[in-house]
Formats: sequence, C-alpha cells, structure tokens
Amino acid sequence: MTADSNPALLDTEGPLGPGADGDPAAAGLPSARGPRARDTRAYLLYVAGKIGGAVVSLFAVLVTSFFLFRLIPGDPVKQMTGGKRVSAEQLAAMRKEFGLDKSVMAQFLDYTGNVLTGDFGTSYQFHAPVMDKITEALPATLLLTGTAYVLYTLIGIWLGTRTAWRNGKLGDRFNTGLALTLYSVPSFWLGLLLIITFAVGIGPIPGMFPTGGLESGGETGIAYVLDVAHHMVLPVITLVAVGYAQTLLVMRSSLLDEMGSDYLTTARAKGLRDDLVRRRHAVPNALLPTVTLMFVNLGTVVAGAILVETVFSWPGLGGLFYSALSVPDLPLVQGLFFVFSTAVILMNTLADVIYPLLDPRVGR
Amino acid sequence: MDTQDQHGRTAAPKTTAPRRPRGRLRIALAGGAAAFTLTAGLATPLNPAPQQAEAKAGDGKKVLTVAVAQSVDSLSPFLAQRLLSTSIHRLTYEYLTNYDAENNKAIPGFATSWKPSADKLTWTYTIRGDSKWSDGKQATADDAAWTFNKVMSKEGTATSNSNFVTNFKKVTAPSPTKLVIELKKPQATMAALDVPIVPKHVWEKVDDISKFNNDKMPVVGNGPFVLTDYKTDQYVKLKANKDFWRGTPKFDELVFKTYKDQDAAVSALRKGEVSFVAGQPALTPAQAASLKNEKNIKVNEGPGRRFFALATNPGARTLDGKKFGDGNPALLDKKVRQALFLSVDRKAIVDKVFQGHAVEGAGYIPPRFSDYAWKPSADQELTYDPKRAAKLLDEAGYKKNGDGKRVGKDGKPLDFRILCHATDPNDKAVGKYLKEWWGDLGIGLKVDCLDDVSVPWYAGEYDLAFDGWSVNPDPDFVLGIHTCAALPKKAKESAATDNFICDKKYDDLYAKQLAEYDPAKRADIVKQMESWLYDSGYMNVLAYPNAVEAYRTDQIKSITTMPKAAGNIYGQDGYWSWWSAVPAEGKSSSKDGSSTGVIIGIAAAAVVLVGGGALFALRRRSTAEDRE
Repeated sequence: MTADSNPALLDTEGPLGPGADGDPAAAGLPSARGPRARDTRAYLLYVAGKIGGAVVSLFAVLVTSFFLFRLIPGDPVKQMTGGKRVSAEQLAAMRKEFGLDKSVMAQFLDYTGNVLTGDFGTSYQFHAPVMDKITEALPATLLLTGTAYVLYTLIGIWLGTRTAWRNGKLGDRFNTGLALTLYSVPSFWLGLLLIITFAVGIGPIPGMFPTGGLESGGETGIAYVLDVAHHMVLPVITLVAVGYAQTLLVMRSSLLDEMGSDYLTTARAKGLRDDLVRRRHAVPNALLPTVTLMFVNLGTVVAGAILVETVFSWPGLGGLFYSALSVPDLPLVQGLFFVFSTAVILMNTLADVIYPLLDPRVGR
Repeated sequence: MDTQDQHGRTAAPKTTAPRRPRGRLRIALAGGAAAFTLTAGLATPLNPAPQQAEAKAGDGKKVLTVAVAQSVDSLSPFLAQRLLSTSIHRLTYEYLTNYDAENNKAIPGFATSWKPSADKLTWTYTIRGDSKWSDGKQATADDAAWTFNKVMSKEGTATSNSNFVTNFKKVTAPSPTKLVIELKKPQATMAALDVPIVPKHVWEKVDDISKFNNDKMPVVGNGPFVLTDYKTDQYVKLKANKDFWRGTPKFDELVFKTYKDQDAAVSALRKGEVSFVAGQPALTPAQAASLKNEKNIKVNEGPGRRFFALATNPGARTLDGKKFGDGNPALLDKKVRQALFLSVDRKAIVDKVFQGHAVEGAGYIPPRFSDYAWKPSADQELTYDPKRAAKLLDEAGYKKNGDGKRVGKDGKPLDFRILCHATDPNDKAVGKYLKEWWGDLGIGLKVDCLDDVSVPWYAGEYDLAFDGWSVNPDPDFVLGIHTCAALPKKAKESAATDNFICDKKYDDLYAKQLAEYDPAKRADIVKQMESWLYDSGYMNVLAYPNAVEAYRTDQIKSITTMPKAAGNIYGQDGYWSWWSAVPAEGKSSSKDGSSTGVIIGIAAAAVVLVGGGALFALRRRSTAEDRE
C-alpha cells in the first residue's frame, strides 16, 4: 500500500506532517518544531480529557449500579430460600451474613470501599466471590462472542463494500434486504430454529450439532478443542446472522458517500484496475465510521449475548447475568453490570484515543 | 453494471475477465475457511456430543443424562437450597431414614431402626455397620452426631437444614452404631429428618463451613452415587458407588446437564442427547403433546406434590398483634370468602387451564400423600354454585345495585385485587376466569401480575393471591406456615408465615399433631386441620398440577416412579428413580441420524479443506500478479 492511496489513514502527522508539500517542517527547519509539538500537546490533552471522562463514567456506573439494582423489588434472602423451610432466625442470620441488615447508605459505603480494593463481595446464590464467578464465565463468553464478532465484522465489511459497489443492483437489494430481515429477527427465535433444524434434524437434514452447552465433558487435548468448536457452530451462526447487518449498512453507506469522490476518478484515470481502486482507495477511506462501530461492538463482546447464551445454554456471562437477575443476586448483578459497563467505556475511550490517529480532523 | 465497473473494465480489459470470478471464489473460500474452523468438530470421529446417554462404544460405560434447568447453588449440604442441589445430596449422602417409594413411609437409611423413649424426649437410632465412605473409611454414628451438632452450632450453617434441629437439646454417639438425640419437646417428625450426613474426617478439616462449597472432586460420600465432576451451569457428573449397601446403581454414570431453555432441553431429548427431561415444574401441555407421538419417548405423568390455590388476606399482623397492610376488610367476613370460592369452577380450571394435566383440588395436602390427604364431606363441600354464592353475599350485606355491582352497607363497591406471578401463565389464565365468574356475581377484580410478588405479599398489601407449595411426605412444614408463631416480628418483614393466618384452634391442633407419635392418630389431627382451613375460606385449593416429564425408552428400559404405581421421577423424596434406572439394550434410533451428520460433516470439512488449499494457491498467484 502506498502513502498516496490513503493519506488520511496513513499519514498520522496530518497535513502539516513532513510528507506534506510545501511545509517548512519538511525542510527540517528548527522553527518547524513548534506546530508539531503543539499538535502532540493538543493530542495528549485530548487523550487526558477522554481518560478523565472515562474515569468519571466508571464512578457514575459504580454509584448507579448500587442504587439501581436496589430498586428491583424483592427480598433476596426470601428469594434465595424460596420453597424451602426456613425459620425467622435463619432469615435473620442470612441477612446479617450478607450485610442486608445494615442501612442502604452503610451498605453503599461498604460496597464502594470494597470495590476500590477489587472486592465485589460474595454472590448470594453461589456462596462464592463475585469476581471468581465472573472470571470463571468470562472465557466462554469471549470465545463465543469474540468469534462471532470477528466473523460478523469481516462479513459486514466485505458485503457492505460489495453491495455499495453495486449499488441498486439485484445483489445489493437482495443483500441489504436479507441483512435487514436477519437484523430484525429475535436472536433466541433464530437460535431455536437452528436447534430444531440442525441439532435435532428435520426431514433429510440430519441432526449435526449439539443442542446446547460448551462441551460434552470429559474430553481432553485436540478432542476437547474440536468438541468445543462443534458446540460453537450454531450459537456463532445465530450471533453472526443477527449481527452482521449493522456493519454492512454502515460500510455500505459510507462507501456510497465516497464513490462520487474525485480521487477515485483520478485513481481510475491513472489506469488502476477497478478492484484496486475499491480495495486501496475507496474502502480504506470509507472504513472510518465502521472502525468506530467496531470499537463500540468490541465493548459489547464482554456483555455477551444474554438471549443466545440462554437458548444454547452457553456457560458465559450472559447466562450468569440472567440467573443473577432472577434471584436477585445483588453483588453478582452489580459486579457484572460494572464489568459490562467498564468494557464498553474502555472500548469507547480507546476508539476516541485512536480516532485522531486515523482521521486528523478529529481531536483538534 | 454501474459506471465504476465499466470504468474498471476499460482501464484494464485484459485482466478483468479472469479476475472477477477469482475474487468471488476467494471470498467464498474465505467464508468457507471460517466455517471450517467452526465445523471442524464434525470431522472428527471423536465427536462425542450426541448420545451421551447411550453406551459408549469404547469403554462400554452406561451413562444416564438428565436435562435440568436450575443452577447448582452449592454442593455443600450445609448451604444448598435448590432442588437440584438437594437432589444431588440425596444421591451422594445417606440420610438417617428414607421414604418408601410405595407409600412414603419412613424406611431405613443410614439408620436401620429408631425408637423414642417412654417420655418421648429421647430418640435412639441404630446406625448400619455396612455403609462405607467412598474413600474406604467406615461410616459411623459419630459422623451423624458431628453433622447434627454442626448444624445446631449455627456456625455459618444457617442456610440449610437448621429447622430440623431447632427442637434438639443434645446429639451424641455413644457407640459407632448408636446415635442418641435428646429433644426439648416431643416431635413427631423424627423419622423425617432430611439432613445429609457428611463424613466427619473430611469436614472437620474445613476452616469455614459458611464459605466451603464442597467442590473438590471427587466428593467423599456414602450414597448410591459419588460426585466426580462439576462445572458451573454446564454439568454435574456422578459415578455409581460400587460399595453402596443397598446395591450398585445399574447406570455407571449419571450426568445432570444444564439447559437454560426448556424448549432446547426438549429438543435434546428428541435428539437423544439427554435421556430425561423434567419440567419447571412440569412440561407445558404443548411440549407434552408434541412428545407423546415421538418414537422411543415416554411421557410420564404422575400426581404432583404441589397444590395450586387461592389465598385471601385475613388481615396482616405481627407476632404481637399489630395490624398492617391494606387487605380489603370485606374478606374478614367468612361468608364473603366462601361466596368467592363457591363461584370458582375448579373443573373448568383443570380442563381449560391445565388442559387435563392436573387433578381438581380439595384438601390442603395433595392426594399423592394418601395418609394425610383429606376430602370435604358432601355437605361441607364448596362446589361451584353461583346461586348459593349470591345468597351468601346478600346475607353478608353486599347486595347488587342498579348497575349489577355488589355494594356494601357503606356504599362502596366490592372490588378486589389478586396477586399473580407474572412468570406463571397459569396464574394469568385463571385470573381471566375469576374476573368473569366474580364479575357475574357483581364483584370487581384487578389481576396484579408481578415478577416478584413477595414485596406486596409481606407488606400485606393484597386482597387475594395465587399460592402454591410443594408438600413433603411429612406435612409438618406446610401446616406450620399457618401457625401464629410464623407471623413476622415486625410489620412488612419477611417471615415463615404464608398469608398471616393465626387461629387458636388451628394452633392447638398443630401442637397436638407434632407431639403425637401414633401415625394414625397424627394423620387424624392433620385432617382436622385441613378441614378447618377449608371451612375458613382462607385457602381455596383449586388444583394439584401433575408432574409431567419425559424420557427415552431406547436409553432407559425401566425406572421407579414415586409413588411406584403412577408417580413422578424427578425430585423424588428418595433416590429411587436414578438408583433403580435400568439401561436399555441395543442401539438407539437417533444414533443413525448422528452418524449421517458426522459423515456429512466430514464431507463438508473435506470440501472446505480443499477449498482452503486452493485459496492459498490463488492468493500466492494474486500477489505475484500484483508484483508484476
């Protein structure tokens, strides 16, 4: 890839950088350090501002998660012991054990103090540290949603490019229509359809995949890896099917914006092949909005896919959140909410920090 | 063809023709390669997913897989609350006694016999000498004494089982085969102590019982199965205990596999991935109907242990008599309560709402517990009789006005609220019928469906509520929740009470039955309590929903239900179902389906592999061309 093909993406120093024509900086004059240093300072200030914003957001999440989940009706202790014989003394003992006998403010101070030391408390229902339960379920979620993320991003970018390049053609209309349809399909419903069709089997279609879970249990080594891959097929297809449309549509519309640009005509006039014009000139410029979307989506990878995880009995964070909410298991709900929010905030901040490097117009 | 394409073609006419199809192929191959990564599992002959319950060809192990919806809350018997966890404890530890699958009567378990002293305050249990822990050590009375003392000490064991020991004074083990429990007051439930006995030599090394989840595998126990593997929200694996005193289970391994979605679990059964699926608490009528016609699947429907009832708020109050809540005062009149129940058609509810998967309600204890089940006599019975209901309302002073609405003497119309569980479709459906039936009488009804009804319930802010409890073979607990002692200490505080009933006559009967050691006499007192509950109009038992569950007959040849004649399989009071299950011989039909799947998978993976190779070659060529 040559520098001229995509100045915005590659020339991180911006129009005043050493490569720009007529810039005194290119001549290496001492006075040229001024604007560059100013740029770096401006960028660092911008980054500091974004990081500061993220810290404030995290604190807001901490406070909100504590009070918000206390609005959920229900007595956690009573819910936990639902349907079992419990005496009043037992209930009181459990309240004391979980600190529920204290005032809400006292509980809040305990909670914030503990969170600052990395302690999210003990899950009511699992009698185990919240962080242990989260770290136990995190790999399963990252594996599932991470794989789906990579696939739907790639498919979305590729199909978005194709459809925009053939704007208005049958293929474009079909692909956009299909993507929009799948985007509007409830993921749990699609998951169930896939289970019935490809896990149980219908007519000539044999049941090829497991109906749920992450593994069969008892496998080791390569057999284990293959077993997990086998279990991943249907949930990943579900997530990709309902997820790729977003990337496709963003990619398509930003590429359509680029398509009338003069630099593309110039590129063609130079005699470049059509797919080179597309791949090396149009697509990199049109990728910017998609990159933002990619970061936003990357943040949600951690939050997983609650419905898909539930339908496929996937032992990840989504399923954990579902069971924590049904108690309600307050420490676990709070911990998960904090982790989910942190992931989104971090990824958004990262996008903010990286974006000026990709597009120098931002952050000035 | 758009301008760009044309442009491209004119710009490089020589290269266009071969390049376009190549681009498409490349993308198709890239997609294929991604799909291959995912489907790789299919290509392996080791593919183990389907037919876990089927005997595995290699080691000939017979595995019984049960689909469950619940998470395990804890594997510690001192902490576990949920049905799945306590069922696992039934399988891995012995209890002093067990319940006969025929008639629910107490039969020997860890204890071979038991008897009370003359003053009814000391119970002596003879502990069996042929029970060994799975690490080879002998299980003795000392283990039982240690367990009970640990529960009594309340050091972090407040979560589970302590209700069994509240009346205990002292527990000792004078010899390895003798356990002595001294009581503060006589207690008729001494043969129904559902406390798992743990091995002292393992548990005394635990630092803090309140934080120990007992998840170091394998877990030492002395039940019919040994806990060998557990992964949160995935599976619990148990292997047959070869040394179990009652005999080794027929299946080598028992797996409880988690399915968070009930429809997915039913699909897994249909496919043969699991051998058994239970409902939550029953399969829906639609699920049962769809499975009934499947080959190799048997839908088992047994009398349930739950009752489904309407409860009225008799005026919420604290233990010291302070009133709170906002229950409609009209319901303090027995005639009004009875009128409401006379205008409920229980048969229609069983037929229309439960679609036949339930039995019409009568007494408080389901008929499955035949010793304690009670039916009203003909003249006592409050059958569906809207005319009699209207008469009772007239007598109570709630006459119909010109608009057809019942109005009290104060001029206020008779309007009620009923608490319903938003998660239970039965509540909602019955709510609609009640609205219609009571509407015909001139009574207004608002159905309040909430995700969690416990807040208004404990605040006493309701008029009526849908109520339901699972009943144990020993009825002490469900009877106890209507005693005055169960009322909350403070207003709105959750307590053991079900719906604030507090009556001296009922309390006297309760105390009498608990102190009565003669089973027939005790049953008689229990029935008097049920009769009182029925007449009071506080509790109207509408139905006993059946337990509806299904299993694969090509994987399970036979299995014991409880009661044996026609009962349920999941969540029994003993370990009879899983201990007795006999594996089916021969090949399961779904096995063929899966091998076809594997063959197709192998073929698909092979195609993708070849495609992947071609992609690699093409990419190399492409970069070579670009270099040119």
